[in-house]
Amino acid sequence: MAASPQTITRRPRWRRWLRTDMALAFLVILPSIIAVAIFIYGFIGWTFYISMTDWKSSVVDFTFVGLKNWIRLVGDRRFQIDLRNLLFYAIGFMTQCIVIGFILASLLDQKIKGEALFRTLFIFPFAVSGIVTGVTWNWLMQPATGINLLFANIGMEWFRPNWASDLRYGIWAVSIAAAWQFSGYVMALYLAGLRGIPNELREAASIDGAGTWGIYRYIIIPLLMPVTFTAMVLTGMNAIRVFDVVAALGGPGPGNNIDTLALNMYQTTFNAYRFSLGAAIGSVMLLLALFLVIPYLRSLQLETER
Amino acid sequence: MQSRNRLSRREFMKFSAMSAGALAVAACAAPGAAPGAAPAAGGEAAAEGGGQLEIFSWWTAGGEVEGLNNLFDIYTREHPDVEIINAALAAQGAGQGGEMKALLETRMMGGDPPESFQVHLGRELVDSHVIAGRMQPLDDLYEEEGWADVFPADLMNVIMYDGHPWSVPVNIHRSNLMWYRPSKLELIGADAPPATWDEFFEMADALKEQGIPGIALSGAGGGGNGHTMESVILSVFGAADWPGLFDGSISWSDPRMTQALEIMNRLYDYAQPDYLSQSGTDTNDIMMTDDGPLLMISGDWLHGYFKSKEFTDYMWAASPGTDGIYLLLSDSFGLPKGCKYPENARDWLRVCGSKEGQDAFNPIKGSIPARTDADPSLYDEEQLWQMEQWKTNTLVGSLQHGAAAKQSFLVDYDQKLNDMIATRDVAATQEALVQAAEDAEFGQ
Repeated sequence: MAASPQTITRRPRWRRWLRTDMALAFLVILPSIIAVAIFIYGFIGWTFYISMTDWKSSVVDFTFVGLKNWIRLVGDRRFQIDLRNLLFYAIGFMTQCIVIGFILASLLDQKIKGEALFRTLFIFPFAVSGIVTGVTWNWLMQPATGINLLFANIGMEWFRPNWASDLRYGIWAVSIAAAWQFSGYVMALYLAGLRGIPNELREAASIDGAGTWGIYRYIIIPLLMPVTFTAMVLTGMNAIRVFDVVAALGGPGPGNNIDTLALNMYQTTFNAYRFSLGAAIGSVMLLLALFLVIPYLRSLQLETER
Repeated sequence: MQSRNRLSRREFMKFSAMSAGALAVAACAAPGAAPGAAPAAGGEAAAEGGGQLEIFSWWTAGGEVEGLNNLFDIYTREHPDVEIINAALAAQGAGQGGEMKALLETRMMGGDPPESFQVHLGRELVDSHVIAGRMQPLDDLYEEEGWADVFPADLMNVIMYDGHPWSVPVNIHRSNLMWYRPSKLELIGADAPPATWDEFFEMADALKEQGIPGIALSGAGGGGNGHTMESVILSVFGAADWPGLFDGSISWSDPRMTQALEIMNRLYDYAQPDYLSQSGTDTNDIMMTDDGPLLMISGDWLHGYFKSKEFTDYMWAASPGTDGIYLLLSDSFGLPKGCKYPENARDWLRVCGSKEGQDAFNPIKGSIPARTDADPSLYDEEQLWQMEQWKTNTLVGSLQHGAAAKQSFLVDYDQKLNDMIATRDVAATQEALVQAAEDAEFGQ
């Protein structure tokens, strides 16, 4: 009996480690780690590398040119328009999704009849693909035949916007179409959050004399901040990589009015065969996404530490 | 026909894996090695007969697809044991067939090319695939079939690159055409369509007073602007100087280019309302409406479309200022290196270049045959007119349709024109075009 602890102590550390649960866990996730390392981080690194080469035709060219493509990108008119569009689109899309999502969730939380039906209805657009959303809204937004006809029929002929083909405000119209699709999803997030708020808190607040507005202002909205934060990250990421809705709405549109980074990247890479420049655009999108993800991860970390 | 249009599940899986693998292959393979790496076993399978014939094209609608199916029918009759896979993808995106070209690019890079694919004759094929070493020269096929004798000499010049033919033209289209409505001309008492852009602007001013747009333009998507603009450029530069724009001998900063851009910029003032939200296909329909515009610049494929809609109030002529010049484009098929069934592909090219094949394809597609020995009884009056013009006019290659310049320049050209819709700034647009021409390294 006394022999066994002795043998254990004589074993090298790594042999001991191999018998622990940790080792088994590591072995089991090893394939995923390798796959993620290659197919996500490896390719991210590869994209950055390609963005610094001179690969600009169907002939592969790995000549290192440093930041040449990046500098060219910064001076490119279309890229500048894309960044402007991203800003407007992100503001429009995120605001609509969060405000509409929150309102819908609050309404559904009133213990109304047929809640399941409405919940399904509101979240349904999320099940529709971006292409279908884009094509449908493309029809709706035709100046002569779309929803403008509705306005004309109720005597509002003066209200005849060009929607997505408007040179200045087109990108806002795109954000309406995209928010139509995504608001239901944000509603689901908020609904789950609302259900997680104990009723005692609301009761206590109303005993203290808070009205409906007060309860929302001082209890519910602050308690839902983590959900809002999640919704902002999700919609923000969506805004950066939006492609399908825009493509189906006729992107890049007249004068690139609804052009996006993703669309630009696709056309630069696969239509013009400028692989390095396309990789640079892709890298910019990744960096932009990092600005959203890093604060999010940091906040998660702080929360667990608390 | 349905089964041909659909990819089988196996094909789909294979394809998905391929496109996912394209990046990986690009990462690992040395340039040019990828196409060669495809299975050599394919040759044996073809020798035993059977196998497959996968054809990429952007022919998915109307007469185009009927013409393509006619070609497939001839092929199946001669090779009943070969399974044809019609991998057609609609013509959307930047330039014609943009999506198909993007998809094809991933397949070519992944070393899994289809047996053959539709490609515009000229620089589009040369710069995208020939220079990259992905195509098989077709000298033996041209010799066997005696094609050098039946294709016009001017066309052979476009077919040849580096001393070899690289693809087989199946049709000829013309880009610089004006489609006009006699009923609109009557409204202003004119008896002939505008012969120059100056004449056009005079007529368009008169029509504008009656609330009728002068020209149908498309602001949304595709190459509608690029198509109209190339006819304008051609009218200013003429056939003799046109090729100079793409071989580096004439600069895009030339004052004549300023003149062309000014004409184009002015055209927007005479476009139909809502042109910003209308695509190229929409403008075809706009042309047929009662309050539609006087004319539009479009290729000869418009004739087939009007005919299919039983629209009759239209006539055609060379676009203003380009009479006697044939701005040509041609769809052709080539033989990629490393395809699985090269023998099937060669048989397909034989059908494409044959008299029977061209006479089965072109009458219904609305194009004219590349061969000079076609049977005239099969073609309608518009096509016979084109065939006559084809013989007598000066032939030059289209920019918008891939004959004159490489694909990347075409994408830039369309982009810069698209910018001009918003800026309406001729000087800035010209500056951007000069930059694009520099990027394209014309003449180097």
